[in-house]
Amino acid sequence: MDDFYRELIIDRYKNPQYRGSLNPADISFEDENPLCGDHIHIDLRVDDEGVIREALFEGRGCAISQASADLLMEKVHGMHVDQVKRLSKQDILEMLGIELGPVRLKCALLSLKVLKAGVYGLGEATDDLVEE
Amino acid sequence: MAEAMAELHPKVALDVYKIREDFPVLGRQVRPGVPLVYLDSTATSQKPASVIEAMNAYYRQHNANIHRGIHVLAEEATAMYEEAREKVKNFIGAASSRQIIFTRNTTEAINLVAYSWGLSQLRRGDLILLTEMEHHSNLVPWYLLAERMDLRVEHVAVTAEGVLDENDFDRKLAMGPRLFAFTHMSNVVGTINPAKTMIAKAHQAGAVTLLDGAQSVPHFRVDVQELDVDFLAFSGHKMCGPTGIGVLYGKRELLENMPPFLGGGDMIKKVTLGAFKPNELPYKFEAGTPAIAEAVGLGAAIDYLNKIGMDVICQHEQGLVRYALERLREVEGLRIFGPSAEKKGGVVSFLVDGVHAHDISQILDQYGIAIRAGHHCAMPLHEKFQVPATARASFYLYTTFEEIDRLVEAIYRVKDIFGV
Ligand SMILES: Cc1ncc(COP(=O)(O)O)c(C=O)c1O
Repeated sequence: MDDFYRELIIDRYKNPQYRGSLNPADISFEDENPLCGDHIHIDLRVDDEGVIREALFEGRGCAISQASADLLMEKVHGMHVDQVKRLSKQDILEMLGIELGPVRLKCALLSLKVLKAGVYGLGEATDDLVEE
Repeated sequence: MAEAMAELHPKVALDVYKIREDFPVLGRQVRPGVPLVYLDSTATSQKPASVIEAMNAYYRQHNANIHRGIHVLAEEATAMYEEAREKVKNFIGAASSRQIIFTRNTTEAINLVAYSWGLSQLRRGDLILLTEMEHHSNLVPWYLLAERMDLRVEHVAVTAEGVLDENDFDRKLAMGPRLFAFTHMSNVVGTINPAKTMIAKAHQAGAVTLLDGAQSVPHFRVDVQELDVDFLAFSGHKMCGPTGIGVLYGKRELLENMPPFLGGGDMIKKVTLGAFKPNELPYKFEAGTPAIAEAVGLGAAIDYLNKIGMDVICQHEQGLVRYALERLREVEGLRIFGPSAEKKGGVVSFLVDGVHAHDISQILDQYGIAIRAGHHCAMPLHEKFQVPATARASFYLYTTFEEIDRLVEAIYRVKDIFGV
């Protein structure tokens, strides 16, 4: 019945592996979901080839938004920024392994939105970054 | 344990199981084998069959545009629309149905006052007094106006308990506000404000008063003449009626002196090229084809509420909220926002330590329980409580004590899943 809260999500919510900040960082970005006040800040260190060497997040919010950010940081370690630009909603859903309604989808996608706005060097994170 | 709980169920005059049969949606299962437990009536209420049927009958038998047509259908439709206005007038104790203006909802009613009364009556530097407890719909229209007209805005403080601070109210009234706009009942913490006393004080200070009745009119008897309020705004959809219809009540002298809000058909007496003469009340404020079927539906909702009795409904909800607070207080690590039962209506906002409101709501949904999680369109109040979001369960005439038991059981499941 509680499939929705897979152990993985609760575990990464309670014991995040990639929580923290990088100072200095090559790329930093943050945003929030005004509906529920979820907040995500991401710091990245990128090498000369454009490969992400370190990725950490800080944030507060629901289990979905925080676990999603933690798993995403893990996923992008060693990834080229061009690959990050191609990450989509589908990648996040596969990573979480659950189905989400429209409201919770926003929670799950907040970290990807912040990450993509950061690597694109945009002034603002917008929803079209994570919609296909 | 179960017996002790049963004793807490008070005996009330309202037969909740019989009432539930009037609401088709309450019989549904949200997933196979999982019945709906609807605890989100503060956002919008469910609708009894009589309301749905009244709107259907309007479209099946009578539909026509109102006020101008000279044929049977147009005359019937006009009569039905005006009859709904009469029902609203009686429901809130207004002197005349000319003081009942149909709008889309509470929000539009408040905007009407802001743009019509505010733009014509206020001057640069004037003070508007609001409270920290308001829904965004009684904040943002005034902020927009303040920006445009260079007005000052103050807010009556809310205490940690979740009630308005009386001393702060007196202090801010002494600053001489032109308008005091406030909610009758908080949609977040359920606090019922002593509107009659507050309106009298505001009048003494020379302010015009606007009462946001979105949460009060559906749940207890509100009499505009007894309150002596200048403006009252409320929505049909929170009182067993349809969406798309709301009401603005205003005192006659005020409404007469206000310029029209929206321009178009129906709101004019006469148009010549380049000029118009506005229609009489209430039509001056009802431009364009209104929500006729929705007005008919609201009329049917009022009939339904009257048949049950507002005092009986209020008493039932008081029993529910007392019971809910009692049961929720048992739960370790659960924080309840807002005052004790005797100061509030059927709304309980809470959080479980270590669990975000969204996660609470999501897990409750697995058990068919519909609550709301978020800031409930009252971000400033959440800032005050220093939480980004709360979980809110709210009750109405069709809510049962068993549903509150189900809520509490499911909250224990939330605690299990999150290991808190
Ligand atoms: C206290 C209060 N005021 C105003 C509103 C706005 O009502 P509507 O969205 O119907 O305009 C609400 C609705 O949630 C409310 O609870």
